[in-house]
Amino acid sequence: MFLEIKDLSVKIENKNILKSLNLNISKGEVHAIMGPNGSGKSTLANVLAGKDDYEILDGKINFKDNDLFDLNIEERAQEGMFLAFQYPVEIPGVNITPFLHSAINSKRKRMNKQEIDNLSFAKLLKSKASDLGINIDMLKRSVNTGFSGGEKKRYEILQMSILNPDLAILDETDSGLDIDALKIVTDGVNKLKTKDNSFLIITHYQKLLDYIKPDYVHVMVNGSIVKSGGVEIAAEIEKDGFQKFQ
Amino acid sequence: MNSETLDTLDNYSKNKYKYGFVTDIDNEKPKKGLNEDTIKFISLKKNEPEWMLDWRLKAFSKWKKIKAPKWANLNFPEIDYQDIYYYSAPKGFDKKPKDLSEVDPKLIETYNKLGIPLEEQKVLAGVAVDVVFDSVSVATTYKGELEKLGIIFCSIGEAIQKYPDLIKKYLGSVIPAGDHSFSALNSAVFTDGSFVYIPEGVKCPMELSTYFRINAENTGQFERTLIIADKGSYVSYLEGCTAPKRDDNQLHAANVELIALEDAEIKYSTVQNWYPGDEDGKGGIYNFVTKRGLCAGKNSKISWTQVETGSAITWKYPSCILKGDNSIGEFYSVAITNNFQQADTGTKMTHIGKNTKSKIISKGISLGKSQNTYRGEVSFLRKADKARNYTQCDSLLVGNKCGAHTVPYIDSKNNTAVIEHEASTSKINEDQLYYCRQRGLSHEEAVSLIVNGFCKQVLQELPMEFAVEAQKLVSISLEGSVG
Repeated sequence: MFLEIKDLSVKIENKNILKSLNLNISKGEVHAIMGPNGSGKSTLANVLAGKDDYEILDGKINFKDNDLFDLNIEERAQEGMFLAFQYPVEIPGVNITPFLHSAINSKRKRMNKQEIDNLSFAKLLKSKASDLGINIDMLKRSVNTGFSGGEKKRYEILQMSILNPDLAILDETDSGLDIDALKIVTDGVNKLKTKDNSFLIITHYQKLLDYIKPDYVHVMVNGSIVKSGGVEIAAEIEKDGFQKFQ
Repeated sequence: MNSETLDTLDNYSKNKYKYGFVTDIDNEKPKKGLNEDTIKFISLKKNEPEWMLDWRLKAFSKWKKIKAPKWANLNFPEIDYQDIYYYSAPKGFDKKPKDLSEVDPKLIETYNKLGIPLEEQKVLAGVAVDVVFDSVSVATTYKGELEKLGIIFCSIGEAIQKYPDLIKKYLGSVIPAGDHSFSALNSAVFTDGSFVYIPEGVKCPMELSTYFRINAENTGQFERTLIIADKGSYVSYLEGCTAPKRDDNQLHAANVELIALEDAEIKYSTVQNWYPGDEDGKGGIYNFVTKRGLCAGKNSKISWTQVETGSAITWKYPSCILKGDNSIGEFYSVAITNNFQQADTGTKMTHIGKNTKSKIISKGISLGKSQNTYRGEVSFLRKADKARNYTQCDSLLVGNKCGAHTVPYIDSKNNTAVIEHEASTSKINEDQLYYCRQRGLSHEEAVSLIVNGFCKQVLQELPMEFAVEAQKLVSISLEGSVG
């Protein structure tokens, strides 16, 4: 199994957030998790990425034949896990070109691949940026600094396309995007999709799923997945809201 | 700061000061202590003319009357000036070596360890180096090439012999001996340092560089540097410093004077990496430095850039006196303190001429149990019409046992002056670290990246060769404990 989450229970500051959550994702699949605010969607994303603030009470996560809890944040990233953040943080003074260059090389190092040199990387970055309709001038700026909400999200997708992850987790990537930005972002995701990588898309609204077609939709309420099925569930939620799942 | 961050920072090897070795060379020293005999000994050793000895003795009599300044935010025991050696030279240095074959091979080995090859061909392309070991200048590379342009670049000792007129005219003209206790001390006992003269209209084609090293035990280093840029000339000057690890504190009290005449520009960059003491606060250099530049002529410019990572105590305020109309003063500073280091550093910009401009960018980073203070004074005199100052002071705290302080003084006697001041204090942000690590960067890489980003505005002012070095140094300085 590519990603297997078994009976996962997590708490933060004495509050139980995830309760015996189960989820399996195979290679090449796109999964969407939908749920109301506070249902634990972002917690799941951060627990997968390895953020420190959470206490794992119970359960196991297996990722590409690794016990995920044996790997720290950067090791998970180097193994091919990518989290597109809901609120990408600004890092003043750190130019995005060397930042991403270091990121890709740390991944290549772990895979025993040769590091990519400055020139080849600059070329790669430029071509990926133009694919996503990102202005070259934006590459001269510091990471997320002074970016609009839409620019930040687009920049997350750019990073994703450079790092080419095995598992991409998109945490509410659609929030705060207008329709044009949403199209650019979802186009980027669709271009990246192959039979060898998987996506976990976390969203509050059904709108995103008009552009990215998931293989499975899960409804998350109160820290566990209460219903799983195909895209038809999204339509159900759009019509009736999350009320009937609670 | 969560526990993993602390652990990782803690796990950086505790004591990575890689310049902490001692070179075993016989040294020639006078008796310990500061008195007229010591000064006469130094003057004699350096074969100085009578007027120079008089100059020193006058400074000494002033020193006896002046109390050491106490206003800095620094905490250290009183310095016992009678327990210090004021001159130390490798034996056999009475006669300066004519070429490298006459230099003790051990000394050359030391510089190789420090990464400064003395042989001209190995010297970083385009950097001429003057090397000061304890108290004497060892070798000046690229001398010949500079001479063709009329540029003088030699040790101050040599300049006293060869260019007495320039020395008499300018030495002490920007920092009078009686200015304060440390300038009087330096004027009395300075041993070596660099002298630079750029003739009218000449743009110095290479970076000039001095490298200072304190080797001998219980020795103070009192170097004196004097740079004169004649009308319409330009020079960029770099200095670097290291010292061996020792449990005792050592004193370093340098004086640097810059003079820029009409339309001249001097760019002075320092990477200071004196031994900072160990993680318990034992040992380390006491660094009391006076650096002052005079923009004497119209349209002249003096720019100070410093990266201060070493020393147990740093007391240093590179300043500009903007006398010529339209002259410009700049100060760019990164000061990093770790463990028990204390830094009280900043600048003074004195606007005298019309349309004078000054710019101050200061970045302080505090780690461990260190204290980091920016202290700056911007003053506008009565005739400084339409003068401007821009000041930006940013502090970054890593951990919760360190301190950052900002003490700006502004004094304006002219109501056309324009003053802007911005200041910020922030803590290194867990979300930034998480973000970087999620992209695959290690914890150390992430911290180093964020801090380097914080300092970028200053680091980019350094000459190319130095900028890379400084970035590495910034990363190394972050190592050690965070509590």
